[in-house]
Amino acid sequence: MPQIEVSGIYKTFKVARRSSGLRQAVKSLFYREYDTVEALKDVSFTVDTGEIVGYIGPNGAGKSTTIKIISGILVPDRGKCTILGRVPWKERISHVRNIGVVFGQRTQLWWDVPVIDSYELLRDIYKIPRREYMNNLDLLVDTLDLKGIINTPVRQLSLGQRMRCELGASLLHSPGILFLDEPTIGLDAESKIAVRQFIKTINREKNVTVILTTHDMSDIEALANRILLIGNGRIVYDGNLNDLKGRFSTHKTIIINFREYNSPIDDKTLGIPGVSIVSCSQEKLTLRVDGNGILLTDIISRLSNIVDIVDISVESQPIDELIVKLYREYVI
Amino acid sequence: MKAYFSVFKLRLIYGLQYRAAALAGVATQFFWGIMHIMIYEAFYANAASAPPMSLKQVIIYIWLQQSFLVFVALWIRDNEIINLITSGNIAYELCRPCSIYGFWFAKLIAQRLSGAMLRCLPLLIAAFLIPEPYKMALPGSLAAFLLFTVSLFLGLMVLVSISMLIYISMFITILPVGSMVVFSSIGELFSGMIIPIPFMPSWLQKIAYFLPFRLAVDMPFRIYTGHIPVSQALQGVLIQLIWLGVLILTGYASMKKVQKRVIVQGG
Repeated sequence: MPQIEVSGIYKTFKVARRSSGLRQAVKSLFYREYDTVEALKDVSFTVDTGEIVGYIGPNGAGKSTTIKIISGILVPDRGKCTILGRVPWKERISHVRNIGVVFGQRTQLWWDVPVIDSYELLRDIYKIPRREYMNNLDLLVDTLDLKGIINTPVRQLSLGQRMRCELGASLLHSPGILFLDEPTIGLDAESKIAVRQFIKTINREKNVTVILTTHDMSDIEALANRILLIGNGRIVYDGNLNDLKGRFSTHKTIIINFREYNSPIDDKTLGIPGVSIVSCSQEKLTLRVDGNGILLTDIISRLSNIVDIVDISVESQPIDELIVKLYREYVI
Repeated sequence: MKAYFSVFKLRLIYGLQYRAAALAGVATQFFWGIMHIMIYEAFYANAASAPPMSLKQVIIYIWLQQSFLVFVALWIRDNEIINLITSGNIAYELCRPCSIYGFWFAKLIAQRLSGAMLRCLPLLIAAFLIPEPYKMALPGSLAAFLLFTVSLFLGLMVLVSISMLIYISMFITILPVGSMVVFSSIGELFSGMIIPIPFMPSWLQKIAYFLPFRLAVDMPFRIYTGHIPVSQALQGVLIQLIWLGVLILTGYASMKKVQKRVIVQGG
């Protein structure tokens, strides 16, 4: 039985609307017009224990709304949702005891006191037994490298340090499910990698189910096998990342460096169908390979007859481009 | 229950950090107190008929009011809770396994307690040391003192349960300014912060005695001065308990209701 079951969730928001200008502002004192924004339309998916699911979509697609519904903060207009056998908004308190949530753009730590004080408050809020708390704390301090910063007031931490502390805070009560809403937003490369590493570790060692939203596709590549793509409030793609690549990836770029070679190389000298030359200089050749049927060895052996190859690099189409294509295909 | 106590403790530690603010507060309130006493002194010297309270009672009232200002002033707001609501950080508060009402109640009590702890002692010591007629005096009896302590704390809880209603109204209005201004100007007058209630015209007194605001300020302070005798004070404590029950139940129920319509925007 799946751990998270969401079916047919709808959510609409009312947004007050008025045109610019004083006249309109005065008018809106007496009469307000509202626009209805359909944030979620018939969203359904299931997640099994131990999965890491990347939840992606453009800004305003409904990612955060979904996270807020499954973490029991918002009540949907209709639809069903059971998480560990409970309906989040009906049994809020027993539901939230078993989940951990991180909102990348907000903070749960107390600003003016050391991190450990916030942790101890969480220990009491979740009624974590002393032993379990100590074990979890040790593990978190180790894996998140918190030793040097846990006694520092939160206001003095960098964003990356703070995010590590936030992650720690959401896992103190050993939840089975972790919702991460943009956990890597604004982080530098090193902190991003640390956060990803940690998510992987916690998933592997404690079998924690993870749903994460992000705009950084390298997060998804590093972590999630499965992606859910949402656009305009609907789930438009649910599946494997590699399948997606296979479907949308159209070309590779190969860059070859070689010892100085004076006569120009053109498509004819190369003579492999499907491979075209993007640019060529005396020491460097850039090739575009369309389709998946072409063997790299063919290209290399052909070229090595002509020049002395020094270095080769192969670049797949950036995943961001794939996603843009995907967004376009589903018109979102 | 432990969770609420912990948040209370943490908020207390939090509040005790702000020493400079407390020091500034002590200085301001000391001079404010002296100024008020001077005004009453002039008023008493030229009074045509006998005033409802003795000058000494009024002086004690003023010093208590200044010392426990953080306890009893309705206009003191907890910016942290306001920020939670306006910034949307309340999202975190909503995914904790405890009731937000209890959580905030504990926070608010702790905030006022920490503020008063830092301010009241230096101010009271100063008030006891200055020369007559400005000098602060001891309570009439031990019973009066005990009842004063009990009613001061119950008053604090009444006040916090009223301000909880203000914070709850923020779920609907988002900005606290409106309900804050309405509540605090009405509350200020009817709690006896501006003048003690016995000085009011009798029709206004009737309204003041009917509303709960006076239970936090006027009542405990007049118990200390002995203006409210011990037997009446006991009755007052009972009224405090009843109001407290009503206010907490109302707050708790309305919190449940507004929680359903929470919309956390953005991000």
